[in-house]
Amino acid sequence: MIYATTPSQTVGPYFAIGLPWPEGPHAIAPEHPDAIRITGTAYDGAGDPIADTLLEIWGADPDGRYADLWEHGGPATPGFRGFARFGEEGGDGRFELITLKPGPVRVSEGIVLAPHLDVTLFARGMLRHVVTRIYFGDEAQANAADPILARVPAERRETLIAQPTENGYRFDIHVQGPAETVFFAV
Amino acid sequence: MSEPSTEKAHAVYKPVTDTPDCYLRPGEDEQTPLDYPPYKSSRLRHPKQPLVFMPQTITEITGPQLGRERVLGELDNDLTRQHPGEPIGQRITLTGRVLDTEGEPLRGTLVEIWQANAAGRYRHRWDRWPAPLDPNFTGAGRAITDDDGRYSFTTIKPGPYPWGNHYNAWRPAHIHFSLLGRAFVQRLVTQMYFPDDPLFPYDPVFNSVRDERARQRMVSRFAMSASEPDWALAFEWDIYLRGPGATPFEEAL
Repeated sequence: MIYATTPSQTVGPYFAIGLPWPEGPHAIAPEHPDAIRITGTAYDGAGDPIADTLLEIWGADPDGRYADLWEHGGPATPGFRGFARFGEEGGDGRFELITLKPGPVRVSEGIVLAPHLDVTLFARGMLRHVVTRIYFGDEAQANAADPILARVPAERRETLIAQPTENGYRFDIHVQGPAETVFFAV
Repeated sequence: MSEPSTEKAHAVYKPVTDTPDCYLRPGEDEQTPLDYPPYKSSRLRHPKQPLVFMPQTITEITGPQLGRERVLGELDNDLTRQHPGEPIGQRITLTGRVLDTEGEPLRGTLVEIWQANAAGRYRHRWDRWPAPLDPNFTGAGRAITDDDGRYSFTTIKPGPYPWGNHYNAWRPAHIHFSLLGRAFVQRLVTQMYFPDDPLFPYDPVFNSVRDERARQRMVSRFAMSASEPDWALAFEWDIYLRGPGATPFEEAL
């Protein structure tokens, strides 16, 4: 390392001027036959919904391919951005993102990552963002073998599991409190 | 609803030459703290449990490429020409480079900014302090870095403004920056400040960064040589994102 990183500062209360855009919450077109909806609410330490969250997800497509600069795993599903951003201030704190359900990713001999999405959460009051992961409640077998989930204390793993709904999954985030979501140092 | 898909695992991670295997991991004490009591709204919005160490997997060393989708027009990086008239205030140019900690420029990466107007008022329904809105100023811009990692904006210098954190609290003038870099772990949202702001000693957001040298990395420099005669004063600010690090995934497992 030659240079030190630029420090983080809070996204503040007014990010809606610059960051959200109409297609932002859609990592894939909502009409795509395999599109899933991930809905949830972020709560603060008092149990109140955080009405001014900025939430981003990043993950692989159903075949474990990434829409990144290097197209890891091969070119991803056409039209799939891999990334979605939700930021609506002054709402009820409920977020909704549309994406494809990610597939498992084999990273080396014998190591397979269970389907997951990386989540970045920003808000006024957070001087830097926090990172968590969404795993899927209908992937119990894959989850049991996931090397990252294995590092999470068993009694807290449930905070990372999104539960199936009619058209996708529900994933609530508790920034603080008795049901505090697991956040990662990456 | 898709079926459980354990059988479909066929994507094998084959590193490409210029993809770092993993990125630098700054220690907790080298980062802006999540719990900083002088900034009151951090009280209920920071995790109390320790963060769980995550080895960086393929998902963390890859990241979205939003360029073409977000930068639509040639005026996206000129905040003074987004309305029929010119905004009130001191016109400035703001340029700099996006680099990693090895000094490697990040080419083609998205830089998003937002800011208050010259009177310190944001065009946002929650901003109610009685300074005027400017009909000719929205306060949002986007740019893509060039081959040297350079971005460039034309805007007006934002004003300081009061806020409710404590008695007589004022934020130093700043411009919000959002960067994606190339990898999920390079994500950065921060604020750029202007040199010699007399409000620095009183601002808990600025001072949440405890190291003086680190704070200075958030302050732009005035550049007389880049200022344009009879047009605009120039400020320059380079941004450093996390660069390649030391511990690949499998060793960290």
